[in-house]
Amino acid sequence: MTQVAEPQGKRWVGGGILRKEDPELLTGQGRFVDDIALPGMLWLSFVRSPVAHANLARVDVDAAKDLPGVVAVFTGQDLADEWAAAMPCGWPIADRVMPDEPTADARVPDHWPVAKDRVRYMGEIVAVVAADSREHAADAVEAVEVDYDELPVVLDMEAALADDAPVIHEAFGDNRAYTWNLTNGEVDRVFAEAPVVVKERYYHPRLIPNPIEPRGVVVQPVPAQGELTIWSSTQIPHILRTLMALVMGIHEAKIRVIAPDVGGGFGSKLNFYAEEGIAVALARRLGRPVKWIEERTEGYLATIHGRDVIQDMEIAATEEGKTLGFRVKLLADMGAYWMLNTPGIPILGAWLYHGVYDARAYQFECTGVFTNKTPTDAYRGAGRPEATYAVERAMDALARRVGKDPAEIRELNFIPPFDQATEVASGLQFDSGNYAPTFQKAKELAGYDELRREQKASGGRRDGKLLGVGVSTYIEMCGLAPSQVLAAVKATAGGWEAATIRCHPTGKVTVVTGTSPHGQGHVTTWAQITADALGVDPDDVEVIHGDTEFSPTGLDTYGSRSISVGGTALYKAAEKIRAKARTIAAHELEVAEEDLEWKDGKFQVAGAPERAKTIPEIAFSAWTAHALPPDVEPGLFASAVWDPPNFTFPAGAHICVVEVDPDTGQVFIDKFVAVDDCGTVINPMIVDGQVMGGVAQGIAEALYEEALYDENGTLLTGNMSTYRVPSAAELPGFILDRTVTPSTTNPLGVKGIGEAGTIGSPPAVVNAVADALRPLGVENDQVEKPVSAERVWRTIQAAAGQAPAERVAEGGGTGAASMTPEGEGGLV
Amino acid sequence: MRRITCTVNGVRREAEVEPRLLLVYFLRETLGLTGTNVGCDTSSCGACTVLMDGQSVKSCTVLAVQADGAEIATIESLATNGQLHPLQEAFRTHHGLQCGFCTPGMIMAGLGLIESGAGMGDEEIRLGLEGNLCRCTGYQNIVTAIQEAAGKMRQSAPAGVQGGSE
Repeated sequence: MTQVAEPQGKRWVGGGILRKEDPELLTGQGRFVDDIALPGMLWLSFVRSPVAHANLARVDVDAAKDLPGVVAVFTGQDLADEWAAAMPCGWPIADRVMPDEPTADARVPDHWPVAKDRVRYMGEIVAVVAADSREHAADAVEAVEVDYDELPVVLDMEAALADDAPVIHEAFGDNRAYTWNLTNGEVDRVFAEAPVVVKERYYHPRLIPNPIEPRGVVVQPVPAQGELTIWSSTQIPHILRTLMALVMGIHEAKIRVIAPDVGGGFGSKLNFYAEEGIAVALARRLGRPVKWIEERTEGYLATIHGRDVIQDMEIAATEEGKTLGFRVKLLADMGAYWMLNTPGIPILGAWLYHGVYDARAYQFECTGVFTNKTPTDAYRGAGRPEATYAVERAMDALARRVGKDPAEIRELNFIPPFDQATEVASGLQFDSGNYAPTFQKAKELAGYDELRREQKASGGRRDGKLLGVGVSTYIEMCGLAPSQVLAAVKATAGGWEAATIRCHPTGKVTVVTGTSPHGQGHVTTWAQITADALGVDPDDVEVIHGDTEFSPTGLDTYGSRSISVGGTALYKAAEKIRAKARTIAAHELEVAEEDLEWKDGKFQVAGAPERAKTIPEIAFSAWTAHALPPDVEPGLFASAVWDPPNFTFPAGAHICVVEVDPDTGQVFIDKFVAVDDCGTVINPMIVDGQVMGGVAQGIAEALYEEALYDENGTLLTGNMSTYRVPSAAELPGFILDRTVTPSTTNPLGVKGIGEAGTIGSPPAVVNAVADALRPLGVENDQVEKPVSAERVWRTIQAAAGQAPAERVAEGGGTGAASMTPEGEGGLV
Repeated sequence: MRRITCTVNGVRREAEVEPRLLLVYFLRETLGLTGTNVGCDTSSCGACTVLMDGQSVKSCTVLAVQADGAEIATIESLATNGQLHPLQEAFRTHHGLQCGFCTPGMIMAGLGLIESGAGMGDEEIRLGLEGNLCRCTGYQNIVTAIQEAAGKMRQSAPAGVQGGSE
């Protein structure tokens, strides 16, 4: 029974109601791609290159074809005619970005789902097997014979740019992928005249995203109709459908993409993957359903990686430490090819290398570089963690230079509070911001002043360990994105989002969203927004997503966009519902529309609140259509598409307190405080959950995670036991709080929270370690992530003059690392 | 092929299995119990955790033939008559899951931990969950959920399963 559940003053928005998604997931009734089994289904398995760079001299599949259960084996040449288009890059960067900043050399590599004649990274697909079982497919993969004529490998970005470097894509002549520059203000003059300039180099190791559900795809063809249903563990069912139509040359109406329950993404499932295209090609060619489930070790090679960026970061300042200019030069490792967003990822940080600080000059320059490694793409934060890290590490360097406390240097430079869109140093318009109170709150929760007193009194020691305090603030650019801005930066798609609301005669409500959640709780949050907007109970709201048959329009979930773009589309649809409902209510109550007020979740006659109509009542009359006003169509449903006028700019302050064991280099996190400002909060429980998960990933990035290759381009951290995803035992508890500065970009005032934790936390951790090591004479830029026990120990030894010459933390080392993956590490 | 007999979620099951068949695929593909998930191939992630004779095991490291004669409990066995088990309820109340993929294994690992009588201090739970990875939650809410559920379960349980203190 529907109940109009809003007593006076009560609103669902802002309440931590329990998730509607949970009962199925808690009882094993969730439906993930691997849970799908279809009659006659074939298993796919891939032959992948074991070498990083080679010509394919021979790919012989004859022996494999003869094995039991094998239905087909195809090489890249066999499938060459299946593709109507190459693997798509949806963000091929600009030829021109800002006026007078020519960047005319973006180069899109030739990239096919199965390599035709050359492989350029370990794990690239060389052939595909279809067999009647997983085991038979695996056996056949072993039987494919490939002769690789190996070519010289290039892994380090700076080496790749050298004149004599092996060229990965011969057509380009060298390994430069693009240059993309942005300048605002008189940068050269400001830096030339500034009394203080700090310059440091930082390196962001390669990261492997690691959602706990591996990727997977099932394709069911209906050959007679030429139709396909694709189940994929993807963040982007709508975009995938469009891309699949392009790559396969199939009418979109013939393709249904379903993202069932998706076990995490973090950007790694925001792509068009070769395996998806191949699965469709084989399902069509063989006329049978096919299935592929990624093995984790396979995924470490085949799923995109994140980060892998070198930054030369500079801040110009006064002698007091007042910031005047920010300037950064990036080298960004593309890996061997461009995936959907590869070249665009560093650009997501392009405007943010001044953080939340004032300045009058700004410059960002990025060069993308091809190397013989797995392609990089979006990993939680995507471009913004890189920017935040550089700014926040460099602010600590500035604090050291001018002799100020790290907190003080930040407080000196915060952009003053603003509640209307305001231009900042990079030229962007931030939506709203009030950074000092957020920072103050974090300091209070951390006990910042007492910690500094303790350090002073103890010489930076606590129980024999080195005590360090690290602060970080951050700014994000979320709510992707205003379509016209995307056009300006040469992204192929727009940034709008769609929603539909249907009010049923029973009083129940169906919401259809174009967002595609995979853990973020949209079903619950969207129900809360709807409940307040229409005066219904969240339990009466069903939210449909992730199936292009029922949700045909949308641009999916990434870049902390869902609430600010998708949530606003929903809000706009609800406004349309209310506008129509008001007309019907006025007619039924025999009053003018202006005499009705929306109050307590219903339309009431002003001055006579007992005369009222609820949305469920109006939905019923709209359905019967017995007595509708003239020119009003039957039914109560509405759709809206929201194209945001601007990005949103969540911000926050994180503080980390560490104790470092000087003998082992182990880092113990004593306290982690995160105060985040994501604007209006719809469901605080979910928002806190997003922050905690994000902070955990950020701490993991700071302390543990690093994908390492040997000099041949073999991934050394090639499985889950050598690449260190931390467990509960290696992570601390978190102290969370928030401030609320509503966005001016959308009527809900929301900014987004999915990536905040991952963006704000790494520099707080690394700054804390640098702070702890400072009494030993360790310089700020001698401390680099991951601050693993080995690396910290080496840094301590080097500072004491007792170390071998090797400094692992030296910036600029990329692929061919000399260190081995850390085995035992710090229990935090 | 080998014939095995085991009890899964209270039901006696007999099957002919290949000697190389892993318990997790026996559960998922032979018996259709897809609640138990596979997240890796190195026994690192724990998504496949089930209880075998009351002890939590990673079902990707157990062969189906090793489960001959054993009692297996999977996530599907916990809720009864539409009522969530106290541990499931606590995961929901404390937002101990987001994408839900690690959740079945995490709950079974937590259940094994509670039933082993382990102490329920923060650090003891964290160490007890070392073999189960979650990429969404940051673990804090999972630890809280297990703590709360353990309190409720031990209150209503016989003295034998009382755990140590912090």
